[in-house]
Amino acid sequence: MSLIIGLGVVLVLAILYLIFRIGNLVSLVKGKEDGVSSWNTVNAYLMMLFMIGSLVAFTWYSFAHFDSYNLPVASEHGAVTDYLFWITMAITVVAFVIITIVMFWFTFKYRYVEGRRASFIADDHKLEIVWTVIPAIVLALLIFSGLRAWNDITGPASKDAVVIELIGQQFLWTARYPGVKDSQLGKHNYQMIDASNEFGLDLSDKNTYDDFKSLELHLPKGKEVQLMIRAKDVLHSVFLPHFRLKMDAVPGMHTTFKFIPTKSTADMRAETGNPNFNYEMACTEICGRGHFSMRFPVFVHDTVEDYEKWMASQEAWLKQNPDYLQRVPAELREAAMIKAGIPMDSKEAILASPVTVTAKF
Amino acid sequence: MATIDIHPHTTTEHHDDHGHEHEHHGNFWTNYVFCEDHKVIAKQFLITGMAWALIGGTLSVLFRLQLGFPEADLSWLKPILGGWLTPEGKIDPEFYLALVTMHGTIMVFFVLTAGLSGTFSNFLIPLQIGARDMASGFMNMLSYWFFFLSSVIMFTSLFISTGPASGGWVIYPPLSALPQAMQGSGLGMTLWLVAMALFIVSSLLGGINYITTVINLRTKGMSFTKLPLTIWAFFFTAIIGVLSFPVLFAAALLLIFDRSFGTSFYLSDIYIGGEALPNQGGSPILFQHLFWFLGHPEVYIVLLPALGITSEIIATNSRKPIFGYKAMVGSMLFIAILSFVVWAHHMFVTGMNPFLGSIFTLLTLIIAVPSAVKIFNYVTTLWKGNIRFTAAMLFSIGLVSFFLTGGITGIFLGNSAIDIQLHDTYFVVAHFHLVMGSASFFGMMAGVYHWFPKMFGRMLNEKLGTIHFWLTFVGVYLVFFPMHYIGIAGFPRRYYSWTNFETFSGFADLNMLVSVAAIITLSAQFIFLFNFIYSIFRGKVASANPWNSNTLEWTTPRSPGHGNWPGEIPTVYRWPYDYSKPGAKDDFIPQHIPYSETPESNLPHENELVKLEMNDGAIVVESNKH
Repeated sequence: MSLIIGLGVVLVLAILYLIFRIGNLVSLVKGKEDGVSSWNTVNAYLMMLFMIGSLVAFTWYSFAHFDSYNLPVASEHGAVTDYLFWITMAITVVAFVIITIVMFWFTFKYRYVEGRRASFIADDHKLEIVWTVIPAIVLALLIFSGLRAWNDITGPASKDAVVIELIGQQFLWTARYPGVKDSQLGKHNYQMIDASNEFGLDLSDKNTYDDFKSLELHLPKGKEVQLMIRAKDVLHSVFLPHFRLKMDAVPGMHTTFKFIPTKSTADMRAETGNPNFNYEMACTEICGRGHFSMRFPVFVHDTVEDYEKWMASQEAWLKQNPDYLQRVPAELREAAMIKAGIPMDSKEAILASPVTVTAKF
Repeated sequence: MATIDIHPHTTTEHHDDHGHEHEHHGNFWTNYVFCEDHKVIAKQFLITGMAWALIGGTLSVLFRLQLGFPEADLSWLKPILGGWLTPEGKIDPEFYLALVTMHGTIMVFFVLTAGLSGTFSNFLIPLQIGARDMASGFMNMLSYWFFFLSSVIMFTSLFISTGPASGGWVIYPPLSALPQAMQGSGLGMTLWLVAMALFIVSSLLGGINYITTVINLRTKGMSFTKLPLTIWAFFFTAIIGVLSFPVLFAAALLLIFDRSFGTSFYLSDIYIGGEALPNQGGSPILFQHLFWFLGHPEVYIVLLPALGITSEIIATNSRKPIFGYKAMVGSMLFIAILSFVVWAHHMFVTGMNPFLGSIFTLLTLIIAVPSAVKIFNYVTTLWKGNIRFTAAMLFSIGLVSFFLTGGITGIFLGNSAIDIQLHDTYFVVAHFHLVMGSASFFGMMAGVYHWFPKMFGRMLNEKLGTIHFWLTFVGVYLVFFPMHYIGIAGFPRRYYSWTNFETFSGFADLNMLVSVAAIITLSAQFIFLFNFIYSIFRGKVASANPWNSNTLEWTTPRSPGHGNWPGEIPTVYRWPYDYSKPGAKDDFIPQHIPYSETPESNLPHENELVKLEMNDGAIVVESNKH
């Protein structure tokens, strides 16, 4: 089979080569070697064909398939950046289309004609000043509207923002929520990370006791959320496409992004007419073999109350890993059990059980 | 007939040492291998660059197969890829990343830096400024052989069992620093770093030579204001390279320390493979700053030579002076300066201080102004011309089109607020492949078609060139234009597959179209390859100045020997763009024709220069003319 294909390819190539040789010989016999190729006019027409064809295809696809490439937006700042995006699009597409038409038209209109002289035009200062100043002004407007949005987006989060920590690692995401008792994320230290203590919680900090882990990002609709982002091993990047949000996760430092979700998952299901719609979070910084698989589900609650109800229903990490009570300084253990929601009567049993935690300090 | 070769100098005296050196000395090794002649070195760079371009292009088709036809059984590639195919006949996800990484590295550095600057700076600088050779032929030769060594090492890394570097061409640590993080960060990454270190040495040796040659070895009368735009472009490119490549060297060196000697320049607080690493206090962001301090100027190192080449070709084939010569030089200078202060626009969402993001937005969008000026100047050069669609001209027009299409999306990406969504999506891929990759590649192609007669003494077949152009031009647009839509939809780059995500489940059709177009585009390059090899040996014999062009290289014999001009180097009297000058007999007046010989076409201020020519004692030798 592959032999036949191989022979076929060789045959086609041989025929092409023959055609090429014959063409060469014919043009030699004709003696039309000097001057401009007979294909000059053909090329000029092809230029026009290309210009018209490509602009039509561009216009048609952009309008006909708008819904397939335009993701619905679900955050307050996302509406602003989308607006900037489309304003920029309008301006640049107008410039693009005009320049494209003019350029290809010139190639056609001024194609070679024997005996005609090109005009000797070396420069035109007025024209040059005009086309330097106009782009400069337009760009200045774009820059300043962009910078205003950027400053709002990257400004400090408000005091009552919901704080959620996202941690990237090869090749999954985890989220850590401050518990409802203190609403504060506890300290962490990468050297305390082990198989169970995946956040590296520093259990000498009281704020860690009610922190809980989630394998789904839950967000309240209409309330400011501040994401605290970090990575354990290599760079990752939090990307929430519908929220127009992206921020790298960097080992050794915290990055942050604040935003206000404006549409709950239910809202979006209604808007898109897709009852199975789900928000998703992806990784957009190359992180290794499984980079493409770092999907993290996202759920936006309809109200802040719903969100708080969900928060209250979650079990503290310490409750799920009661062995780690042994790491809690003795004087804080009772407070820890209260905060984590561990029944007091199980204290003796936990502390007496054989140490399953491999200490690593 | 063009087949008649004119040697106006054969009867003139050979009083110059270089004049008769060429045909009498040397053997195969000194003539073709360890040769110090800039023209041979240029051809060495060109052919090595073409080999790399084929490899880089093939790698891209391999990963496009995965993206366009994710279900396809690729077992038939087993003889080539071996263990890199999964048992189901699919490309291994880690090998996919290796393909992407090596495609980027090869195309940016080995093809569009070495292949483009190495070829045309070497070939054209001495010929167009009127010099016998580069300032240091020996350094020039070293430059190629360092590049060759670097190429050998990079090529070898493709075949090692753990695979080549796979962390993206930007090799961001910690991924590239930790062999535990991915296979490619082991030996493959070491070889990558060694190869790049040698590459930087090569690039610096070349760049210093280009700068020195342009400053010191211009022929009599060749003032900076009479330099062709090609030379201006190569000159700025070399300066950018000399100033920025050492920073990449430093970045690579610190990465080598982190990898091999336990330092923590880029590493901090890492828990990987079940253990916490001792490194603390480093910053991955530092690497990004250092990398992009080269990385962004690199864009212009790749692009400026292409722009210079097309300026020359568009003027020649429109039979018109380049519009706004001074503005062209000025905008290149401005771009060269600005290219050093925009690097962090690659890092808006990396955790860098947002205030820096504002500064870099401002500086980045300023760079759009000189870029726009260049486009307007190209378009106006076409206006009222008498356009000959040579293959070189077609590729130059293609470059302007790509530069426009790809440049415009830069206005989105340079704006930090808009970049939040677009960063690291296919929108970026579309942007830089058009504005940097394809535009520069077209500039390189245009240059090969235009200067092939001077390089090999024969013409490339123009009809094959036309077919090559149209297939490639349409192909490139079909590959990269759809990526804008895919990018606006949020599809992230460097994804092996998108099927894990509902959000990214569409566009299977566009991805397939892109892959098919990529295969066609790569196939079309074989037309060129055939044309290139065939024409070296069997092409139509070229005349000394086949394009009726003004620059000095066309005053050399058909195949210039060592020393370039058999007799004296011509003196330069005018700028290189006297095309279609009113009153002149021909529609071009080469640079070495004094004003005193062209009273019919001189402008008033040029008539005054005639007196200076006489006082200067520059006697016009009739044999220097055509």
